[in-house]
Amino acid sequence: MDLFEYQARDLFAKHDVPVLAGEVIDTPEAAREITERLGGKSVVKAQVKVGGRGKAGGVKLAASADEAVARATDILGMDIKGHTVHKVMIAETAPEIVEEYYVSFLLDRANRTFLSIASVEGGMEIEEVAATRPEAVAKIAIDAIDGVDEAKAREIVEAARFPAEVADKVVNVLIKLWDTFIKSDALLVEVNPLAKVASGEVIALDGKVSLDENAEFRHPEYEELHDKDAANPLEAAAKAKGLNYVKLEGEVGIIGNGAGLVMSTLDVVAYAGENHGNVKPANFLDIGGGASAQVMANGLEIILGDPDVKSVFVNVFGGITACDEVANGIVQALKLLEDRGENVSKPLVVRLDGNNAELGRQILTDANHPLVQRVDTMDGAADKAAELAHAAK
Amino acid sequence: MAIWLNKDSKVIVQGMTGSTGMKHTKLMLGDGTNVVGGVNPRKAGQTVDFDGTEVPVFGTVQEAIEKTGANVSVIFVPEKFTKDAVVEAIDAEIPLAVVITEGIAVHDTAAFWAYAGKKGNKTRIIGPNCPGIITPGQSNVGIIPGDITKPGRIGLVSKSGTLTYQMMYELRDIGFSTAVGIGGDPIIGTTHIDALAAFQNDPDTDLIVMIGEIGGDAEERAAAFIKENVTKPVVGYVAGFTAPEGKTMGHAGAIVSGSSGTAQAKKEALEAAGVKVGKTPTETAKLAREILSA
Repeated sequence: MDLFEYQARDLFAKHDVPVLAGEVIDTPEAAREITERLGGKSVVKAQVKVGGRGKAGGVKLAASADEAVARATDILGMDIKGHTVHKVMIAETAPEIVEEYYVSFLLDRANRTFLSIASVEGGMEIEEVAATRPEAVAKIAIDAIDGVDEAKAREIVEAARFPAEVADKVVNVLIKLWDTFIKSDALLVEVNPLAKVASGEVIALDGKVSLDENAEFRHPEYEELHDKDAANPLEAAAKAKGLNYVKLEGEVGIIGNGAGLVMSTLDVVAYAGENHGNVKPANFLDIGGGASAQVMANGLEIILGDPDVKSVFVNVFGGITACDEVANGIVQALKLLEDRGENVSKPLVVRLDGNNAELGRQILTDANHPLVQRVDTMDGAADKAAELAHAAK
Repeated sequence: MAIWLNKDSKVIVQGMTGSTGMKHTKLMLGDGTNVVGGVNPRKAGQTVDFDGTEVPVFGTVQEAIEKTGANVSVIFVPEKFTKDAVVEAIDAEIPLAVVITEGIAVHDTAAFWAYAGKKGNKTRIIGPNCPGIITPGQSNVGIIPGDITKPGRIGLVSKSGTLTYQMMYELRDIGFSTAVGIGGDPIIGTTHIDALAAFQNDPDTDLIVMIGEIGGDAEERAAAFIKENVTKPVVGYVAGFTAPEGKTMGHAGAIVSGSSGTAQAKKEALEAAGVKVGKTPTETAKLAREILSA
C-alpha cells in the first residue's frame, strides 16, 4: 500500500524524522485558516501517488491566505497523469534550500534483505541519478536482524560522501527513518529531497512510503491509510467481500483459483482475443482454494456487475478442492443470484480440470443452465469466452 | 533419487493440531508420507489419530527430532506465529523446513531468512506461501494433491501452486521426479536457481520445467544461471503478460514496478539462455513433450 505524501509526512513526524508543518484538506476554503496559522504563506501541494506533479502544476507557492485558497481551488480536481487530485496538503514554506540529498530504506528482493540507498544528489528521481551518475548513488545492504545503529548509519553517510558538516544530522535522520521503516512494517521509506537549509538544519521535504499489507494484523492504524477515494467501486466492493480482485480494461470477466493460474488465464484470454476483435480480460479474480458456492456467488456478482463484461470465463483446476464441489458452487451461485433478483444474462464458459473433473462436468451438463457452456481445455475455453465477448460487443 | 525429499524422509508437522494442519496431515499420510510427529507445546504428550495412524505430538521441534529422527518439518502455523515457528526449526537444525503459511509479513520472512544465515544455513527453507514439495510415489510434504501425477523424469519448480498442479496434470502421463512450489512472496527461501542446480545434479531428472511470474528478477537470474550451469533441457512458462503496472496480482510478490519485473523481460531472458518458453501452460507442456520424445 503506497501512502500519500501527507500520510508519509505524518508517519515521519511520529518517528521524529524532521519535517515541515503541513495539513491535508479537501476543500479550498480550508487553506485559509491553515495558511494564516503558518504565518500568512504556504505551499499548496497536490496529493497524488504519481511522480512529476511539480512539472504538472500540482505544487504552488501562496504568498497569502487568499492566494492559498485560489491555488487550492486550481489544484483540487486537477488531473495529473490520470490521477484526480482529491486532496491538497497546505505545507509550511521551506526555508532557503542549500543542498538536496536522497535517502531511503527498502526491501531488496534479490538479496533477500533490506537495502539503504543514499545520494548527495537528491531532488530528482533516484533511478535517473543511478542511470546517469551511478557513482553518486551508494547502496548499502542492511542485515534484517542487526538493523541500522549509529555505526551503520555512519557507514551509509560515508559511502554516499555526505559533507562533514551535515554528517551527524544525516546519521540522526537515518536512524529515525530506519525506526519508521521497521515499526511501520514498510517496504519502502524514501526521503527526496532531504534538504539542507540555510540554518544548517536537515529536513525531509518530500517522502514516499509503501507499507506491507500482509502486516496489517499488527497495525490497526493501516485501516485509515487506505485510499478509499481512488479505489475502483468494483475493487472496493470485492475487497469488502474479501475477494482478491483487480479491475482491468477488457470485456472477458475472469474467475479462477490460485494467483498463478488466474494470471495465466488473463494471458491466455488476451491471446485468444487477438482472433476475436482484440477482446481482453476485464479483471483478475482469484477465489482461492476453497471456492464454496458462497464465494463463487460473491465473485460472480462482482463480475456480472461490471458493465464492461460481455462474457465470463470460470477457470478452475481442482487441486485439494474437488471439481464436483466447484460445479455445485457454480450452479448454486447462479441460482442464488437469480433468486436475489440480480440480472444474470451474460454467457459463462466453464473449464474444470483436475480432481473429480468428470463428476464436476457431469453436474454442469445435468444442470443444463442456458448461460453455461462447458469447454474442457483452458486454451479452448479461453477462445470460446473471447468469441462470445466479441459477439456481444 | 529425486531432490530434497524421498521415501526415507521423516516428516514432522508444526501446527498439526490446527484445522489446516489436521486436514493436510491426513492427506499427506494418505499419499504415503512418513509423518512421524506433530509439534504443539500445549498438546505435548498427546497423540492424534488419523484413520488409525497414531501420530505423537511433541512440545518442541528439538524434542521431535530427538525422539523420531525427523529431517523435514512442514509449517502450517498461522501467519502471526510463523516467524517463531521457522526460527524454532532453524534452531533445531532440521535439514528441510517447508513453510506453507501465506500472508506472512515480509519483515518476518526477512528476519527468519537472516537468522538462517547467521546459523550457517543448516536448514533449507522452502516458501513461505507455497504449496510444498512432492516426490511422487515417495513422499508429499505440503498441500499439493498427491494423485495428479505419477513418478517420472521431469523436475518442476514453480512460483505458483495452481500452475504447478496444471503442469503436473498436463504431463501426468510422463510423470515427475520432484515438483517444488517455491512460493510467490517477495522474499523466499529456496529459489528457482537452487532447484535448477539440484535437478541438474539429480540422475532421476531428464528435463526441467520452470514456472515464473511477474515481479522481481528471479527469472532473469535463473536464466543467467541456466546459461552457465544447466546442461539438461529446460522449458519455461511465465504468467502475467497482461498484468498492469503497479497492481499486486494475488501473490504479494507479483507486481510490475515501473518497467521492471515484466513477464516479457523474463521470457526474453529465458529464451536468450536457450530455454524454450511456452505461450500458455498447455503449449509449455507440449514443448516438454517434444523434447522428451525427440
